[in-house]
Amino acid sequence: MAMAIKLSLILLLCLSSLLAPSFSLFEDQVGLMDWHQRYIGKVKHAVFHTQKAGRKRVLVSTEENVIASLDLRRGEIFWRHVLGPNDVVDKIDIALGKYVITLSSEGSILRAWNLPDGQMVWESFLSGSKYSKALLTVPSNLKVDLDSPIFVYSGGCLHAISSIDGEYLWKKDFAIESSVDVHQLILSGGSDVVHAVGVTDSSQFDTYEIDVKNGGLLKHTSASFPGGVYGEILPVSGDRFVVLDASRSVVLLITVNNGATHLQQTHVSDLIHGSSENTVILPSKLSGIFSLRTDSCIVFVKVTDEGKLNVMEKVDKTVVVSDALALSEGEQAFALVQQGDSKIELSVRLVHDMSSNHLKETVKMDHERGFVHKIFINNYVRTDRSHGFRALIVMEDHSLLLLQQGEIVWTRDDGLASVIDVTTSELPVEKIGVSVAKVEHSLFEWLKGHMLKLKGTLMLATPDEVAAIQQIRLQSSQKNKMTRDHNGFRKLLILLTRAGKLYALHTGNGRVVWSTLLQSLRTTSQQQCAGLKLRQWQVPHHHALDNNPSVLVVGRCGLSLTSPSALSIVDAYTGKELQNLGPAEHSTVQVITLPFRDSTEQQLHLLIDADKRAHLYPTTPEAASIFQRESENVYWYSVESEAGILRGYGVKKTHSSEYSFEARNLWSIVFPAESEKIIATVTRKPNEVVHTQAKVIADEDVMYKYISKNMVFVATVSPKASGPIGSATPDESVLVVYLIDTVTGRILHRMTHLGSQGPVHAVLSENWVVYHYFNLRAHRYEMSVIEIYDQSRAENKDVLKLIVGKHNLTTPVSSYSRPEVTTKSQSYFFTHSVKAISVSSTAKGITSKHLLIGTIGDQVLALDKRFVDPRRSLNPTQAEKEEGLLPLTDALPIIPQSYVTHAFKVEGLRGIETIPAKLESTSLVFAYGVDLFYTRIAPSKTYDSLTEDFNYALLLLTIVALVIAIFVTWVLSERKDLQDKWR
Amino acid sequence: MEKGKGVMGSRKWAVEFTDNSSTPSTRDIPDPPGFTRVPHDQDDSTLSRQKKDAEANWKSQKAWEVAQAPFKNLMMMGFMMWMAGSTVHLFSIGITFSALWQPLSALQGVGKVFAPYKDSKVDLLAPKLLFIALNLGGMLLGVWKLNALGLLPTHASDWVSSLPPAREVEYSGGGIALH
Repeated sequence: MAMAIKLSLILLLCLSSLLAPSFSLFEDQVGLMDWHQRYIGKVKHAVFHTQKAGRKRVLVSTEENVIASLDLRRGEIFWRHVLGPNDVVDKIDIALGKYVITLSSEGSILRAWNLPDGQMVWESFLSGSKYSKALLTVPSNLKVDLDSPIFVYSGGCLHAISSIDGEYLWKKDFAIESSVDVHQLILSGGSDVVHAVGVTDSSQFDTYEIDVKNGGLLKHTSASFPGGVYGEILPVSGDRFVVLDASRSVVLLITVNNGATHLQQTHVSDLIHGSSENTVILPSKLSGIFSLRTDSCIVFVKVTDEGKLNVMEKVDKTVVVSDALALSEGEQAFALVQQGDSKIELSVRLVHDMSSNHLKETVKMDHERGFVHKIFINNYVRTDRSHGFRALIVMEDHSLLLLQQGEIVWTRDDGLASVIDVTTSELPVEKIGVSVAKVEHSLFEWLKGHMLKLKGTLMLATPDEVAAIQQIRLQSSQKNKMTRDHNGFRKLLILLTRAGKLYALHTGNGRVVWSTLLQSLRTTSQQQCAGLKLRQWQVPHHHALDNNPSVLVVGRCGLSLTSPSALSIVDAYTGKELQNLGPAEHSTVQVITLPFRDSTEQQLHLLIDADKRAHLYPTTPEAASIFQRESENVYWYSVESEAGILRGYGVKKTHSSEYSFEARNLWSIVFPAESEKIIATVTRKPNEVVHTQAKVIADEDVMYKYISKNMVFVATVSPKASGPIGSATPDESVLVVYLIDTVTGRILHRMTHLGSQGPVHAVLSENWVVYHYFNLRAHRYEMSVIEIYDQSRAENKDVLKLIVGKHNLTTPVSSYSRPEVTTKSQSYFFTHSVKAISVSSTAKGITSKHLLIGTIGDQVLALDKRFVDPRRSLNPTQAEKEEGLLPLTDALPIIPQSYVTHAFKVEGLRGIETIPAKLESTSLVFAYGVDLFYTRIAPSKTYDSLTEDFNYALLLLTIVALVIAIFVTWVLSERKDLQDKWR
Repeated sequence: MEKGKGVMGSRKWAVEFTDNSSTPSTRDIPDPPGFTRVPHDQDDSTLSRQKKDAEANWKSQKAWEVAQAPFKNLMMMGFMMWMAGSTVHLFSIGITFSALWQPLSALQGVGKVFAPYKDSKVDLLAPKLLFIALNLGGMLLGVWKLNALGLLPTHASDWVSSLPPAREVEYSGGGIALH
């Protein structure tokens, strides 16, 4: 037995050492086991471009800082740019009919992109003296010296920038004279004057008239109102503005007339009879009309020429109003969307004729999409010269839909661009008893497919057949089945998105199997809810096979850490919310999955609230008794990165109620605030499987790994160096890394990297941690590895004792026994900066590991763990070479073929999740960001299965040929024997 | 003999040279002239003893030859093992396993190998022992080779690798507050 194991291990070792460190794939293998989905995120602004004949498109900017050009017919992405996480898009517009202008980073970066292909044309950096709201105005028909200026207000300055090349034309700094906060830039058609309307110290109303040619100040009027203002000033018509006063109960109508400013106050309660709490002026610019929203309703108020306010209409507060759209005859239209039950009503009205709907359509809407959040409208001219309208709506789940003629033309599930957490679920087991006809059909198909493949291998296939082979390979029905497969490749990926929607994606082709908008996580006007964590709640194995697996979603209703939490349990097969435990009375700052299960295979969870109390779930007597039994050995710790303290807790014997427990502080580690600031903590994945505790090194020697799940890696830097790279000198910045036991608070290992700083990305697995940081002295990124070994077991080397079982290797270990540890570490240069690091995980933990590195280019690079082995030396001995130890190099190699994302980019990469397949050699990889990418990797190649393109037909043919040959030779030999006997 | 009589029923007489009886084979027909039915027990016994001795000698000689045969095998095995080298691959493993299997199968059939030379006068013990010793030697060679290839569980690592990691008594979780 032992020999067989050894043999297999050695064979494995040989196999893995024979392998090249990369595992590239061929061009025709793309899409066989991977898929890539492109998203843009929740749309903030949309600008239609439909004037000219040709491709109709809509330009959008999103909350994921994406600007994209979408096909208006199908919703596909023509082009897309993902700006950095700090480069928030403020405004988007089209200039000269060919450039897309974006203003981003609080109005400090203005860019122009070529409309057809998305190439950047120019980029301008705008400097300001103070923080202010960013405004962008692109005049459509203003010409100044053959140039069309763009006006940007940002940083307290008004900039005029040439739309042709992005050159500065002039700059007017408002901050020099006064501390005015400009709210609107208005360009009245035909005139050469820009009106800047703003508020100084929230008590004085200012208008500036500025010459568009040189930025000279033409006129400045101001009027003070002692009540102060709330929110933004909204222009109603050319010389009239409305704003709310600071108490939000009075509407101020401001009239600017020949240099004089006239103020007129109207109480909101006079306009709206009834409750008028939380009044806001909606930012929709409609000429002569403004809209007010209160807690109860939305009213449209018309401002007459005499300056009177007339309430025109009162609609429900859930109604969403679009911006005004200028129609041909100087007329304006806008759209209202009213939410109904499983349908929405879209009505388009003309500003001059508010009394009747210009157009009214009812569209069926999946209620899993929630409420309408935003609407953008666009018109087209029908054949009978009347106006038709199309509406782009953004739903609560961040999906984007185009409505036209009462139909949903296309939808985009852009909620998937903001995945918060990922977990997986097994698919149902295949039912026995498949009909014969189906089998025969599939057998025939199977044979046909394999005959085609055989033709392909023997180079006999025609181009058509080659295409057919590729088609068969890509659309194999096997991989998209809704049942569990033998290798464990087919699973459900369950994703929690920022919108509070749960999606289940099939790993075969990435299609959405179900999606649920969780009721417990829906943001209402009272509270803002968001999902936090997604955990497996019930994984039926033996006892509860009839139950479907389920997941636990933990969310929080409110913005602070002490806000109540929302819990819900969702069936992983159907997406039904089985149980809605929220809003719970307690808050949640930690979710701890305990390694215990009750009789129905429900996983026990501890939720730690902001007051350090532990709440046990599920709230059943059985779970409570299990927890009571094990509570002595359950601990938790908190990392207070602001204070620089790590605290460990245990469960107090006395408990406040049956399912909530008081904590007792056991230990704390206080990092000196003047020299260390926590920037990263990493733990092992709780479901990681380790096959062996021994590491066999050269000459058959053994080292015992220190495998503890209760280990946390903490990285601290000196406070000066906690900023971006370059903010501190090498002498000031020190990076210190710790390995800490979280049960006892014992520091197992501490290491200092002088002249280094963060950001630190790390991964902890088995007995090693690999982390990535910046070395300021070498001006390069570095990766270091620490491996930790158990010294207290090192004496177990007597073969005879091991054979008879006289060793302490399998006895349970306690952290309180304070095992002696030794560490080995090594550092290497690494070219890329990193966004995320993960490690491959397999079912039994036998297969060697690959580090999966999310690079700055939004790709995932697989790096063999053997490259980050601290035992590497410059000249390895023969035995070490046989062991597979690589000679030491100063830098880690980046092999282009080992990008698992091959030609794709996972834009805005945030995380890489690895899931073990049932097949030991294979690990499933899911990378998410704005895009989603899924593939399978086999770090030691698929040593335990035939490859997918293995030719069974050829094998079958060979076997048949062999059998025939055996038969023929047997007959021949019989005949010869007989002849011999007659001789 | 009965059968022969039956077949040769038409014959008048027959002489059995090996017949040592003093009476003619058939009563009614006298022995042919010149044939004296004289019992020569004395000569015969010496002759047969000589013959038997020769045979025994021959058998024991053969038995020794058979017993020494594995030596040649051993040498060849040794040569092949040397050729196979010390890395684990198909060829070396095949050779090693055949080196182990051959002596084993030979040892199983010790009785059969020496069966033709079984004789009351031949002492087969010594050749058998030699045969067994040589085969054991061959097996030892195989085992040595196995060890040289590193396939014998003689190191601590071989026994430890299959042991699962020790269970941990305590469980701890937590981290940075979720936000």
